[in-house]
Amino acid sequence: MDKIKLTIDNKEVEVAKGTTILDAAKQIGVHIPTLCHMKLHDMGIENKPGGCRVCVVEVEGRRNLAPACVTEAAAGMNINTHSIRVINARRTVTELIISDHPFECLTCAKSGECELQDLAHQMGIREIHFEGEKSVYREDTSPAIIRDMDKCIMCRRCEMMCNEVQTVGVLSAINRGFYAVVSPPFEQNLDHSVCTYCGQCVAVCPTGALTEVDHTPAVIRALSDPSKTVVVQTAPAVRAALGEEFGFEPGTLVTGKMVAALRRLGFNYVFDTDFAADLTIMEEGTEMLDRLSRHLNGDKTVKLPILTSCCPAWVKFFEHQFPDMKDIPSSAKSPQQMFGAIAKSYFAEKQNINRKDLVVVSVMPCLAKKYESSRDEFAVDGNPDVDFAISTRELAALIKLANIEFKALPEEDFDHPLGESTGAGVIFGTTGGVIEAAVRTAYELHTKKPLPKLNFDELRGMEGVREATIDFDGLPIRIGIAHGLGNARKLLEDIRSGKSHFHAIEIMSCPGGCIGGGGQPYHHGNSDILIKRQKAIYQEDSMKTLRKSHENPYIVKLYEEFLGHPMSDKAHHLLHTSYFDRSKHFEQED
Amino acid sequence: MKVKSLADLKKIKAEVQGKIKLREQGENADKIVQIKVAMATCGIASGAKEIMSYMIDELDFRGVDAIVSQTGCMGYCYAEPTIEVIVPGQSPVVYGFVNKEKAKEIIEKHIVKGELVDGIIPVTFKTIDE
Amino acid sequence: MAENKMHILVCGGTGCRASQSEQIVNNLKAELESQNLENDVRVLTTGCFGFCEKGPVVKVVPDNTFYTEVKPSDAIDIVNEHIVKGRPLQRLLYKNPKNNYKVTNTASIDFYKKQVRIALRNCGFVDPENIDEYIGRDGYEALGKCLSDYSPSEVIDIIKKSGLRGRGGGGFPTGLKWEITSKEKNDQKYVVCNADEGDPGAFMDRSILEGDPHSVIEAMAICGYCIGANKGLVYIRAEYPLAINRLKIALSQASEYGLLGNDIMGTGFDFDIEIRYGAGAFVCGEETALIHSMEGSRGEPTFKPPFPSVSGYLGKPTNVNNVETFANVPVIINKGAEWFSSIGSENSKGTKVFALAGKVNNVGLIEVPMGITLREVIFDIGGGIRNGKKFKAVQTGGPSGGCLTEKDLDIPIDYDNLIKAGSMMGSGGMIVMDEDDCMVSIAKFYLEFTLDESCGKCTPCRIGNKRLHEILDKITKGKGTEQDLERLKLLSNVIKDTSLCGLGQTSPNPVLSTLLNFEDEYLAHVREGKCPAGQCKDLLKYEIDPDLCTGCTLCYRNCPVGAISGEKKSVHYIDQSICIKCGVCFQKCKFKAISIV
Repeated sequence: MDKIKLTIDNKEVEVAKGTTILDAAKQIGVHIPTLCHMKLHDMGIENKPGGCRVCVVEVEGRRNLAPACVTEAAAGMNINTHSIRVINARRTVTELIISDHPFECLTCAKSGECELQDLAHQMGIREIHFEGEKSVYREDTSPAIIRDMDKCIMCRRCEMMCNEVQTVGVLSAINRGFYAVVSPPFEQNLDHSVCTYCGQCVAVCPTGALTEVDHTPAVIRALSDPSKTVVVQTAPAVRAALGEEFGFEPGTLVTGKMVAALRRLGFNYVFDTDFAADLTIMEEGTEMLDRLSRHLNGDKTVKLPILTSCCPAWVKFFEHQFPDMKDIPSSAKSPQQMFGAIAKSYFAEKQNINRKDLVVVSVMPCLAKKYESSRDEFAVDGNPDVDFAISTRELAALIKLANIEFKALPEEDFDHPLGESTGAGVIFGTTGGVIEAAVRTAYELHTKKPLPKLNFDELRGMEGVREATIDFDGLPIRIGIAHGLGNARKLLEDIRSGKSHFHAIEIMSCPGGCIGGGGQPYHHGNSDILIKRQKAIYQEDSMKTLRKSHENPYIVKLYEEFLGHPMSDKAHHLLHTSYFDRSKHFEQED
Repeated sequence: MKVKSLADLKKIKAEVQGKIKLREQGENADKIVQIKVAMATCGIASGAKEIMSYMIDELDFRGVDAIVSQTGCMGYCYAEPTIEVIVPGQSPVVYGFVNKEKAKEIIEKHIVKGELVDGIIPVTFKTIDE
Repeated sequence: MAENKMHILVCGGTGCRASQSEQIVNNLKAELESQNLENDVRVLTTGCFGFCEKGPVVKVVPDNTFYTEVKPSDAIDIVNEHIVKGRPLQRLLYKNPKNNYKVTNTASIDFYKKQVRIALRNCGFVDPENIDEYIGRDGYEALGKCLSDYSPSEVIDIIKKSGLRGRGGGGFPTGLKWEITSKEKNDQKYVVCNADEGDPGAFMDRSILEGDPHSVIEAMAICGYCIGANKGLVYIRAEYPLAINRLKIALSQASEYGLLGNDIMGTGFDFDIEIRYGAGAFVCGEETALIHSMEGSRGEPTFKPPFPSVSGYLGKPTNVNNVETFANVPVIINKGAEWFSSIGSENSKGTKVFALAGKVNNVGLIEVPMGITLREVIFDIGGGIRNGKKFKAVQTGGPSGGCLTEKDLDIPIDYDNLIKAGSMMGSGGMIVMDEDDCMVSIAKFYLEFTLDESCGKCTPCRIGNKRLHEILDKITKGKGTEQDLERLKLLSNVIKDTSLCGLGQTSPNPVLSTLLNFEDEYLAHVREGKCPAGQCKDLLKYEIDPDLCTGCTLCYRNCPVGAISGEKKSVHYIDQSICIKCGVCFQKCKFKAISIV
């Protein structure tokens, strides 16, 4: 590749042609501040509208200042990133943004994590020299996400995620000039849109404009109610990220400390969603084999590929956008909902607790789980299978609120019977994990032979769309994987047009899978964090003695004592669901 | 109608130019010969309309670029039809008792060759163009 | 055989149509018919004559009689007087305001004397809905010549040599732009005509499309030939129905004649043009925003590079030129680069169309050679300031330009000189202000426009302009401080320095240029709480001079808010706390007893 030389802050630097000034500066340790710019390098996701103008630098001979994030470095450029002209402009721009921003830092959900706050600090803003009208919008509360557009700074990251990465197309800039803002179509609320609640908008929002619905007060209330038995389930991706909230290196597994913290918070039983993940594999894997064998036997009514259905944002996505294909995904509920259904039936019966007195809390890396738990079909007589879904961030907040010194906690184990899991359940937390777990079980059930090796490297990775063929003892099974709904859309369109050749496809809505979920600690645009979380997930899997779902003794026992066999009538009733055509689901609000 | 070549286009141009000739002349009025036919009641009664048509056709036939327009009574009602001939760079000349023969003579001699013809009425008025 | 003895040309530009010029056409035709003259006289609707101040305008050829402010009811008189009796209808002739002489001939009207019409050559001359008339005026001959006699690079050379620069405002050399796009290698390229004219008061592009649409079509095809594109797109505001309609008619006629479509004039060159509608956003005049709008996205600019010539419409190399630029092209090909470059100034060749507006006697659309002075435009063509008032300033370049003053009047107008003087050419808006105009209010007015038209993408334009406007508003309300003037300057410079596109980079120009040229006026507002021009309502106070008041009660009876009190035949008094400063009392008082202080 062609190299060019230029000078930044009196230092010469050599970079590849096509490098931006921002990246060129980084190479010599000059970190030009940015605000709207965000790059998730490993996912090929980049937001650079060049809109905030915080990153402007002075290029010798140029009429105006150049935005470093979008200006390509050119040979011989002489750049000053902190001349008085630059500092003056950068501070003025920052002040302008703040002049149209509520001064609510003390009470803002994003306080301490806010990139505008950081910028103001870095710029040394002590006074706002401009005052005037501020943008005021009605707050929009949905089952999962709160939009407080007074705090929007028009970085357009959410818009990029929603449109380019997820292809959901809910968020877009509307209106002009000072009144320009990001909004769902026709300024409707999110719950009147095709929003999937994937939460990627929240994950990338630099300010408090987009945050999650806070379920912690309800959890605290339940925990302090002596008439309630409160159980908690923790999703696999939580343990790989929670430590970041307490100063651990990204990628540090904190499973044991997390269990200890949950116990100290007062949960009566600390269970694991991984258990339900193993259960999901039993049901989904069986369904997959069933469809596959019927297909191989020439049954034309059987539709392939089978698609995973663990991800609630993905489910809502196809209900809105591909309702004609709603019979293709597996009918298996997600692990969160399987757990809730089993907890409020099998476990409640076992413990002799009325389901109304049993509160199921889930800790999820996800915001769509809040929405999923509120779906009507996941409740019995108005009592939901999962009462509250809190995010990894909300759990961290609860731990901090309870004065628990997380780092000093001992490592503790999950409770039984719903806390035992295999490595297959753990890897549900990353892209490729669900299908790998399914393959481990389906292979053995189908071939009746033990797997020669457990790690399927061909299914792992971070590429948006991956495919692999697994040899089921002479039968080649073609598998597709997509993470990010935009990638999912590509595979769905192939299926719709008859071009798809896969037998099974795993889909996760968030880039990286659940480890990159909308409820995880903020990555602030650093995709290394996601890679490290993924490593941690596979590390936990490899440390487990049991790594195949069907070998989980408590799963075996659950079928023996309660469900009978996978896809039994009882299993069907408790663990499977159906999907709705939501293409014309919502009407216009007044 | 399809234009199949540049030559084709030029042919069409030649055909359609007549449509806008009057306006082209108007744009270049100071550079070409102008003939004003007095067309008040007295002129019309004496056949000014026929003279005007005749002159237009005759000039066109000879390919002489000239503006033929009508004007009001010039005050020489005794001598109708009267016409005013303005050759660029020369003083206007008014002819009286213009019939077709006279008109032809005016075109042939005055306009084409620049020789004055009999029948000039001494001009005593000023045009209002200022 | 000549077809008709006379033509009556009626202006069918938007302005004249708004004053019922269509009805004039109908009435003329009816009257001619009733006199059996319909074969002798042809009535036709043309594009804009430019002299909108005096519209509707009617011209009779070949004698070139020019009638102004014609009403539909005048049609009968025009036919009876001019056509039948052959004498100009005196009462409709244009009167030279300098000496009150009536002028019969267009060429003798001051408004037209200094004009050179190249881009507007056919406006007010041909029937824009008739392709034959355009062909009669050498139409499509330039395209034919290019396709048959020149290679694309030879045509580009001609355009380069002519010195033609973009008329949309930027002034980028047109030939160079074509050359850059021509060198891009791609199977698909596009020619885009930017007809998103949005400057307040500017209407040259619209007028060209209304009056001479074929000139733009022809030029786009020439451009397509040069850059290797066979697809053209005209991005035009949906709110210009007449221009759209005429363009549509022209496109279908051109296709019918085979001057668009496949194998044009037997040369193997294919070119087609589609129309794309804009919803009326000023920022969509910026080429990247325009392209996004055409693609169906939000009309927002994106950072350049990549320039459209590399990655434009649908990511393909795209050459964007504005209407007026295109309108010049066929003439340049026909008359040669030398002819064109002989007109104008050293670095700005040819002519520029301006929409002359504001406090001049003759507002309208004018085309003048580059290098003409502002003084000539305002005082000779524009006929000077209205009502004998004093000239104060002229704003060129639309809302993004600057206010120039008396000292700048003798600058030869061209791209570079205007920028040097602190303004710009822009798309050619020119608004003249007189002594009654408050320059702070003017700056505020222009900023209001940019505020409305900003897309909101970048911070300085979205919030910065808002804050600028708020400061100006404060000053016009008498609440500004000298510190605010400093803040205006600082903020203006940052907005210019950091904005994403041309809109924001130039939006503070009216503020900066008025601050520079009229600092006294700003100071009067902030120091003394006075508006020297008497425009800022909040700074005015109407007072009754007790010595002059006769107690006639006229002011008392006319005050809409009851702020005036006083007995009959005794001195009246204005309660300032109630007064809304409407000025009615001031206008009504017969004794000059009420003054503005």
